[in-house]
Formats: sequence, C-alpha cells, structure tokens
Amino acid sequence: MNRDIRDIEDRCMYMAESHPLDEYLRQDRLPHIWCTGCGCGEILTAYIESIIELKIDPDKVAVVSGIGCIGRAAGYLKFDSFHTTHGRPIPFATGLKVANPKLDVTVISGDGDLFAIGGNHIIHAARRNIEMLIICSNNFTYGMTGGQFSPTTPVDAFTTTTPYGNCEKPFNLPDLMAAAGATYVARWTSLHVRRLKDSIKEALMRKGLRFIEVLTPCPTGFGKRNKLGSAIDTAKYYQDHMVIKHDADTREVGLEDPRADFIVGKFVDIEKETYLEAKERIRSREVKK
Amino acid sequence: MAKGTMKYIGKGLEEKKEKKAHAKVYLIKDRCKGCNFCIEFCPKQVLVESKEFNIKGYYLPKLVEIPGEKECVGCGYCSFICPEFAIFAELKDEEEH
Ligand SMILES: Cc1ncc(C[n+]2csc(CCOP(=O)(O)OP(=O)(O)O)c2C)c(N)n1
Ligand code: SF4
Repeated sequence: MNRDIRDIEDRCMYMAESHPLDEYLRQDRLPHIWCTGCGCGEILTAYIESIIELKIDPDKVAVVSGIGCIGRAAGYLKFDSFHTTHGRPIPFATGLKVANPKLDVTVISGDGDLFAIGGNHIIHAARRNIEMLIICSNNFTYGMTGGQFSPTTPVDAFTTTTPYGNCEKPFNLPDLMAAAGATYVARWTSLHVRRLKDSIKEALMRKGLRFIEVLTPCPTGFGKRNKLGSAIDTAKYYQDHMVIKHDADTREVGLEDPRADFIVGKFVDIEKETYLEAKERIRSREVKK
Repeated sequence: MAKGTMKYIGKGLEEKKEKKAHAKVYLIKDRCKGCNFCIEFCPKQVLVESKEFNIKGYYLPKLVEIPGEKECVGCGYCSFICPEFAIFAELKDEEEH
C-alpha cells in the first residue's frame, strides 16, 4: 500500500486540500449526500462555472430549490439560496424576482419536485414568462424517497411503486415547457458538462423563463431496478445514444423508450415580453393618464 | 489559484498544438467516492484505479503517464465530470507563460 501512495506522488498526482471551486461551495456542508456516480454534482459544477465565466456578481445570484436529492443543491452553493418545501421553489423564486428584479434567480430542482407536486406552478410561471432560469435534474424517479415513479418515468420501467412496470406515459418536459411559454428550452446530460455549462451561460444571458433539462443517472433509485448498471454504464449510454439536434421540434424529443437514441440540444430560443416588462409597460401607461 | 477550472482547460488546449502542455493533477483524497468517472472518461486515458483507498474506503484514481505518448494535457475534463469536487488539473508552472 505504501508503494501505491508513493506511486501517486511520483507520478505527479498531487494531494490537494481545496478545489478551485470551493469558494462557491459551503464547505461545512461537504461532502454532499449524493450517491457515488449521481449526476447532481456535475450540475453544480456547470452552474458555478457559468457564473464565474459570465463574471456575475455572486451577491446578485439567488438559487432556490425544492425537496429531493437535487434539492440539496441550494444548500451546497455559497450564494443566497433557499431550500423550499416540496414543489414550491417556483412560487418562492417568483416572489424573489418580483420583489427584487436585480437578482439573477435560478431554480435547481428535480423532475418530481417541479413536475409532480409542483407541476401547476411551473406551467404558470412559464405562461407568465417570469424572469428565471430553471434547471431540472431529470433522473426519471424520486431518488430521495427510495425510487418511486415520477411523471417522467418511462412506460414499462420498474420502480418501487411500479413493481410490475409503469403503465403511465411520461411527460415530454421540453415540449411541455415550450407549449407553456418558456422562451429558452434545452436538454443536456450530466455527462456533457461543458455543453451544459455553455447552455447555462447562454440561458443566464437571456430574459424570460428559461428551462434546461439535465438527464442524470440515479444508479441507486432507478438504475438498479431497471438493470441499467452503474452510473458509468448510464453515462456511456448517454455517450452512445445521444443525438445533438438543435432546433428540433419539441414534439419529437420525448423519452418514451429508455433504450432508444435520444435528442439533446437547444430547442427553443425566442424573445417575448416578460412579466416584469409587461407590468412596467402597463404601469407607465397608467401613470401617463 | 485562478478562479474556476475552465482557465486551465482553455490554456491547455491552446498550448497543446505548439508544444506539449504538461499539467499537474490534484486530488482531494477524502472527497472521492470512487465513481471512476475520471478514470473512464479522461480523453487521454492517463488515470487508473490505484490500490490505495481513502478514509471512506473508496479506491482512488492515480496518474499513469507514458512520457511522449500518454500524458495529461490539462484539458480539465476530470474536474468537470467529478461529482465530488475532488480532482482537478492545473498546467505546470514552467508552461505558463
Ligand atoms: C409535501 C411533501 N410530500 C412528499 C414528500 C416526500 N418527498 C421527498 S423528496 C420527494 C421526491 C423528489 O423527487 P425529485 O424531485 O425527482 O428529486 P430527486 O430526489 O430524484 O433528485 C418526495 C415525494 C415531501 N418531502 N413533502
Ligand atoms: S438516490 Fe439517486 S438522485 Fe439521490 S443521490 Fe442517490 S443517485 Fe443521486
């Protein structure tokens, strides 16, 4: 064993005490709770790198998340952040943005939190075109509570609440968000951290409600029951089966079959009057009267 | 230390074309949870699983370079793909001008 330690040093694998991104993380909360190979960590990396590259003042960043494994994200990030009750990050973030329009508000939460219990909030935030970025970690299941089926679980998939296979059709999240009025819609995977980072950067520079779906492996809750192997196997699956198709018709990007090729990319990028702009326009019209 | 891991990455890829960029790989031992993403997805395949384990009992990655053939170029993909903020690459000082 000693030899191996020397090996590590000899071959210039240096031991470090801190990471370049540490100043953006709440050290007292690390190590995080996420399982080996869970994709939640990469989402944090991509988000922090985007903030750094865009030179956004950290004091103007607010991150809100709901309940779930990815819901812990707000607690690990050293920005102003809030961990809301289950399903409620969107109303909380809406209030933040409307009360303090200078903030860059981002919601980082899960498929279950945003589209099951929080489903109504997210479609209405998109309809209103509230200025916020929503990053949804889609692991096809409720990871935190032990792997129950969620509104994105593919048909036939096994979960603790669908032990014979799921008979419900999953939501096509990009299509749902585009139809509800989101101005920026993209999908990446937690393996494509650089592309995800570029997409988050782009979305941070846009106005309106922006939505990025990130496919992430949940080896513990979903992978195990569906014989998807380890997180590496899922990541390799992403590598082999992903097809980048920007501007793809969102109706065609559903993930019904977990073993087929799937489409990633930027699907929607439009400009539209936001909630705050409309509010200001109407206010100034009333003032002139 | 420069902010963000992309700094090293950008430089690493530019310099690679003219002269070989050499980088140091750093590991924060006790953060590793042994997912092996860095080992599996390193574009230069210079990381392998070692026999050393950390406080949690996870086997750590180690760097195995063959000079002139298989060397870390500081692309920084390991730091991007690591879900634990446990590994990162930095260009060696002498290369940084
Ligand atoms: C009101 C309420 N109902 C149910 C729960 C239990 N619960 C905690 S996390 C969770 C699901 C989270 O799933 P998802 O958003 O997909 O996140 P993941 O854990 O998969 O990252 C549920 C149902 C709760 N905490 N509060
Ligand atoms: S249960 Fe799934 S989502 Fe939760 S930390 Fe583990 S791998 Fe990640």
